[in-house]
Amino acid sequence: MTILFYIAAIIAIISTIMVITRANVIHALLYMVVSLLATAVMFFLIGAPFIAALEIMIYAGAITVLFVFVVMMLNLGEEAVKQEKQWLSFSGWIFPAFLSLILLLEVIFIISSSGSVPVSGKVIDPKLVGQSLFTTYLIGVELSAILLLAGIVGAYHLARRKKKVVHRFLELEGAEE
Amino acid sequence: MSSISLNTGLVIASILFFLGFLGVMIRRNILFMLISVEIMLNAAGLAFIFAGARYNAPDGQVMFIFILTMAAAEVAVGLALLIQVYQKFKTLDSDAASNMRG
Repeated sequence: MTILFYIAAIIAIISTIMVITRANVIHALLYMVVSLLATAVMFFLIGAPFIAALEIMIYAGAITVLFVFVVMMLNLGEEAVKQEKQWLSFSGWIFPAFLSLILLLEVIFIISSSGSVPVSGKVIDPKLVGQSLFTTYLIGVELSAILLLAGIVGAYHLARRKKKVVHRFLELEGAEE
Repeated sequence: MSSISLNTGLVIASILFFLGFLGVMIRRNILFMLISVEIMLNAAGLAFIFAGARYNAPDGQVMFIFILTMAAAEVAVGLALLIQVYQKFKTLDSDAASNMRG
């Protein structure tokens, strides 16, 4: 089990590196699906099967597909890939990478300086999660419902195309219906 | 199964988080920045799941569900903004939208 866990972790890290270095958006998204599936395997192995299923359904299934649909709408061609390669210059990313690597090493040092505590690995039942969700965290569920509603309204309002109204004599551009 | 330690999990989560952070910093394309933000949120959720597994409590998983909800709402609004930026400036360069003249 431990070996499976480490294999999944290495796959997740490698595919995440591939996501942030690809020039083509679709390739990056497919690598992100691989990364999310590897994370789902990790969730399954440390005793969260419900969360593993949610990760595959919502992250890999819904959010990534939303990205793919937007990429299809934008209709980016070969030029976008060329432009992206041009933007990813070595001098552009080496300094931020160096700085954040220092921060990462600090965090790893802080984490490893405390004593090692084993994860129990006992499966937590979805029933327990549901009970906790609808008793202790009920206010959180209601707030996230409001957040989703705001997300729907906001996305609809922002993505709407401005209607072009052509009057008989004068052209009003950007007039809303 | 029990030889996976909490420290290992937190180190993996922080590596994934910093890869996402690096992605936000080095990319100029807004689409890639949004993808990197998703990676960061996922890494934060991973840390919550590990902490929940350590204390054998469902609270970590509940927090992950909230993070998932927030990520979904954020990506919907972010992609809608991205479409508007692309229609207005005909590019996905984040520098193109840096001057707010409406």
